Amino acid sequence: MTPVGEKPLTKNMRPDGSAVGIRAYEQAGGYQALRKVLRGGTTPKAVIDEVKEANLRGRGGAGFPTGQKWSFVPQGKDAPNPTYLICNADEMEPGTFKDRLLMERDPHQLVEGMIVSGFAIEADVAYIFLRGEYVLAADRISRALREAYDAHYLGKNILGSDYSLELYLHLSGGRYMCGEETGLLNALEGKRANPRSKPPFPPVVGLFGKPTVVNNVETLCCVPHIMNHGAAWFRALGRTQDAGTKLFGASGKVKRPGLWELPMGTTIREILEEHAGGMRDGVTFRGLLPGGASTDFVTEEHLDTPMDFTAMTKIGSRMGTGTMIVLDDQTCPVGMTWNLTHFFARESCGWCTPCWSGLGWAERILKAMEDGQGQPGDLDKLASQAKMWGPGATFCALAPGAAEPLQSALKCFRDDFERHIREKRCPWR
Amino acid sequence: MPLEVAVATVHVDGKTYRMNADENLLHGCLSAGLNLPYFCWHPALGSVGACRQCAVKQFKDEDDQHGKIVMACMTPAAEGTRIAIRDPEAVAFRAAIIEGLMLNHPHDCPVCDEGGECHLQDMTVMTGHDYRRYEFDKRTFRNQDLGPLVNHEMNRCIQCYRCVRYYRDYAGGRDLNAFALRNTVFFGRHEDGVLENAFSGNLVEVCPTGVFTDKTLKRHYTRKWDQQFAPSICVHCGLGCNIDVGEHCGTVRRIVNRYHHDVNGYFLCDRGRFGYEFVNSHLRIREPLLKGKGVSAETARRHLHERLGSGKAIGIGSPRASLESNFALRTLVGADRFYSGMADNEATLVARMIDILRRVSLRTPTLHEVEESDAIFILGEDVTNVAPRLALALHQSVRQQPIEIAKTLHIPLWMDHGVRDAVQDRKGPLYIATPYATVLDEIATATFHAVPDDLARLGFAVAHALDSQAPSSGNFPLAPEIAHALKHARKPLIISGPSCNSEAIIQAAANAAMSLGAPLSYTAPECNSVGATLMGANPLSAAFRAVMNAEADTLIILENDLYRRAPRADIDALLNATPHLIVLDHLVNPMLHNAELVLPSGTFAESDGTFISSEGRAQRFFQVFVPHGDIQESWRWLGQSFWQTLDDVLAAMAAALPQLAPARDAAPSAQFRIAGAKVPRSSHRSSGRTAVSANITVSEPKPPDDPDSPLSFSMEGAPTHPPGALIPFVWSPGWNSIQATNTYQQEIGGPLRGGDPGVRMFEPAANGRSYFNGIPSAFEPRNDEWLLVPMYYIFGSDELSLSAPGIAELATRPHVAVNAGVLAEGEDVEVYCAGATFRLPVRIRPDLPRGVAGLPVGVRPITGLDLPAWGRIVRIT
Repeated sequence: MTPVGEKPLTKNMRPDGSAVGIRAYEQAGGYQALRKVLRGGTTPKAVIDEVKEANLRGRGGAGFPTGQKWSFVPQGKDAPNPTYLICNADEMEPGTFKDRLLMERDPHQLVEGMIVSGFAIEADVAYIFLRGEYVLAADRISRALREAYDAHYLGKNILGSDYSLELYLHLSGGRYMCGEETGLLNALEGKRANPRSKPPFPPVVGLFGKPTVVNNVETLCCVPHIMNHGAAWFRALGRTQDAGTKLFGASGKVKRPGLWELPMGTTIREILEEHAGGMRDGVTFRGLLPGGASTDFVTEEHLDTPMDFTAMTKIGSRMGTGTMIVLDDQTCPVGMTWNLTHFFARESCGWCTPCWSGLGWAERILKAMEDGQGQPGDLDKLASQAKMWGPGATFCALAPGAAEPLQSALKCFRDDFERHIREKRCPWR
Repeated sequence: MPLEVAVATVHVDGKTYRMNADENLLHGCLSAGLNLPYFCWHPALGSVGACRQCAVKQFKDEDDQHGKIVMACMTPAAEGTRIAIRDPEAVAFRAAIIEGLMLNHPHDCPVCDEGGECHLQDMTVMTGHDYRRYEFDKRTFRNQDLGPLVNHEMNRCIQCYRCVRYYRDYAGGRDLNAFALRNTVFFGRHEDGVLENAFSGNLVEVCPTGVFTDKTLKRHYTRKWDQQFAPSICVHCGLGCNIDVGEHCGTVRRIVNRYHHDVNGYFLCDRGRFGYEFVNSHLRIREPLLKGKGVSAETARRHLHERLGSGKAIGIGSPRASLESNFALRTLVGADRFYSGMADNEATLVARMIDILRRVSLRTPTLHEVEESDAIFILGEDVTNVAPRLALALHQSVRQQPIEIAKTLHIPLWMDHGVRDAVQDRKGPLYIATPYATVLDEIATATFHAVPDDLARLGFAVAHALDSQAPSSGNFPLAPEIAHALKHARKPLIISGPSCNSEAIIQAAANAAMSLGAPLSYTAPECNSVGATLMGANPLSAAFRAVMNAEADTLIILENDLYRRAPRADIDALLNATPHLIVLDHLVNPMLHNAELVLPSGTFAESDGTFISSEGRAQRFFQVFVPHGDIQESWRWLGQSFWQTLDDVLAAMAAALPQLAPARDAAPSAQFRIAGAKVPRSSHRSSGRTAVSANITVSEPKPPDDPDSPLSFSMEGAPTHPPGALIPFVWSPGWNSIQATNTYQQEIGGPLRGGDPGVRMFEPAANGRSYFNGIPSAFEPRNDEWLLVPMYYIFGSDELSLSAPGIAELATRPHVAVNAGVLAEGEDVEVYCAGATFRLPVRIRPDLPRGVAGLPVGVRPITGLDLPAWGRIVRIT
């Protein structure tokens, strides 16, 4: 039986926006997964296998199979310790606000997810690396952690078992690069948030040189539900071969910007028109970035594509974080592209040449174009820059992410760019 | 490649190469002589993959037509790898990287000191990028004043991160860092100020652009292509680092590192790099002086021989003068009338050290071998201030044991950040026992600060803990820990030396080394202390007696300020009692008052000669320019009647002193040629040669002849790379910067082609293990007296470098250091020691033991004291 309409991630959330406290969380079935897993008989490997079987993939944007990532961590008595589990809560992708919802409204879901996941990888210490600007989430997570410690869900010998876990909340000083897995590790170590090359991978050389797994907030929130209801249940929640539900969002000039928990594989059109209510009166649809700033524009012709890890790549885009930024006809595509490129250029850590040099150049070209000073040849310069930011050409995925909106905007809205140059002005101003 | 290296077959642009399989592709391609551009990789720093300049196309197999861009520096040279450097996409990519780097670059080559030896220039030309498309503003920075040695010009920065990686990771410095982000990264200090690290000068070679340049060169700037160079040896300590000296129009302009795989590698210390300015100093003795008046060389020589005619002339040699100059004096006055230039204590210690090194059964390690050592015990030496380059090697030694972690995780050692992330802050065992806290203490496992006698006792205790046959000296809690660390190391090392003026320390270190069978390294105070000792001489005190007893009526002093060897009163008495004093030296010094005849002696830059380093390596230094006027080599002043050329001196020395015969082979003789041609000191682009003296005479002067070496004072000569001992400067087509060093190595980072120069003079004997048992008694402080110990300063304790303005600015001022007590910082006191009184300000040093005070070595007027010694300190009321 396909469970339709099940919303495990958001089921506890209240319309008034208040956080679910520990008692209410427990009453709604919270911490049952933890109890189940710590009862004698469940091994860490069994949890990993279940999560693998459930086909849970990372919801931070990259979509790496979670169980597989966990299996890279050395296990057993002779494994180096401590082992670390880190929740990447440094949500800074423009247009993305899904993790914020999860942390503000139901923080215990994340905490339980982390403890169960920590058990699976035999982690000794866990961190929530939280975007510093998320002050409300910081407040609510702090309280949730205190409640969890008091209830013996954290600390030494959790619920009287052999498993111990210390879980700390760390507030980031602020920078997009801290949301990059290895940039996060360096930031947490107190160093500059430059990325690391891989190999070695974090499960081998991670935080302070120890085995480490970094997972997204939403990914970790799925884990208790998988342990409660099983892998098959989780797979059945999705409409396509990708499993589970997903928080999808929409921003831009739509009637109802927001977030909805929907089955994986829901089409773009359904999210845009049914849930977000379609475009506001007076504006028409031109395109959207389906998964935050670092995804390629999707236009009308592809709106029936399912939002999952696989189908989106076939149309030359990505699901990314699943929160879409919608472009309307009253908004300048060049201005939007400049806005995004400006963000990436500003956030470049300054490590690898194509990114720190090229993003700044592209940003200036776009700004000039917007100010009516675009030159013939600018589009070629932009295109060749975007090519320089391919994966492998750069050190990490920041610049490749910047390349996606830029090169797809040049494809989808080329006429608009050319008008800026020809007319020496932004026609939208 | 050496036999024990794993070899991989790698295909590059369709050709097959054998590469070192433990290395990365960039290393392999450069070693194979292929031109692949790079910035952030450095042979001593490894790969980090930041700049993206070394991009190549990698193909999965023969059928893969598409391939993907990878960074050669980050890709292992694995068996069967296929790459293309000349792939059009890779070529375009590399040119685009240069374009990206040049976006914000000021393009100020004409006024930039780096121009002509700039790695950025070379790589730009190599990639073929030559057209500027960027039309917007450039980001700019405010530069910092980083002190008198290193200049800062941040606008030229290409954000390769080499500076901070070298300064912080390799050299252990902390006051240089990366600030800000994106295209506005700033490399500098948190505020203006002198760079604190003693190896900051290497930034000028590590930086591939003109951000960090030699500030001393700037004041008398000449382009590299216009400088005349010669291979030389640093004179500022006993380690014998190899250098190239650059001059123009008769003044030395700067010192550059001369790569030597076993000695200094790629790096120098700041004293060695910037101390050269004494050669240009206004304090140079520039003409012969007879009774204070300038005379001709002819007159001076005649006077010298008149004085020798009396048959009562004696000579005092020098541990900073060459073997040839010392030998010339010895020959001139006769072996029995030739005296050591070192104070008796020091001479005895150095002799004892050499004797021990020839007795223990393991090699005296090279500096490279020190880097590879994995557990170190330093007994008595303030290494950073006494043998600075050795301290830089020790920063690498403490990485050896922790790096094993990276090996077990299969992280290649050249993947620098991967290794450092795995290793974190771990350090291998380093134990330091000195009278006062040293700079290296901050990377030490444990330290022990005590008076020299107690340091010796610790050393004896360590030996006893390693071998109960070695004599015991009592209970030292640290001794078993040190012994354990040394015993369980793969390559332990004991370091000691004469700095504490303690024979017991020398012997304790020897016991420790013998008990373990470990290598033993002794520092030497000056650039030829070891050479002068091997030559042999009568003790200096005997020279004093000879003069005071009127057995000698003429005293010839070679390159030696005796006021640094004995208390002032003693030297005053000696000089006053000397009927005829003859002095040869470079710089004016107080002895000149009493000198009847002064002969202007050529410095290292104006002479050829041989020094023997603390490692026992005989190395040749060559003249870079013919000295002005009547200045000439000391050996020529003294030996002109016996010999014509340097080779003549060396032949005579080998015959007279067979123990020094191997020193002849430190470099090829003056007869050496490459295809019939000499080795040019100037580059083939040397310009203005004919115009330089056109204002004096239009006729181009004939270049001076050089009978002493196979080098010529010319830009003409053999165009190929000379052997290691004769490399005046590094250059290859397309490689104008110091990076051209790559093209002189068999394999990048390895030995020079044809071998690294110098001859090791002592090798270990068969198993000698007889322990010393002169164990001193424990220190007992005195109520009314202080034990004054010597304290060393990299800027301040070396005589010659003090006449370099930059060094002088940084040099320590006279002071007395005491533990906190009743005395206040900065307060003036009177220090009484050995009959002399000094008025000095106090510096509080809480690391000094109770009852112990420190005096800076070599700092006038506190020179020539035989420390440690008891003294009194009296407050001035």
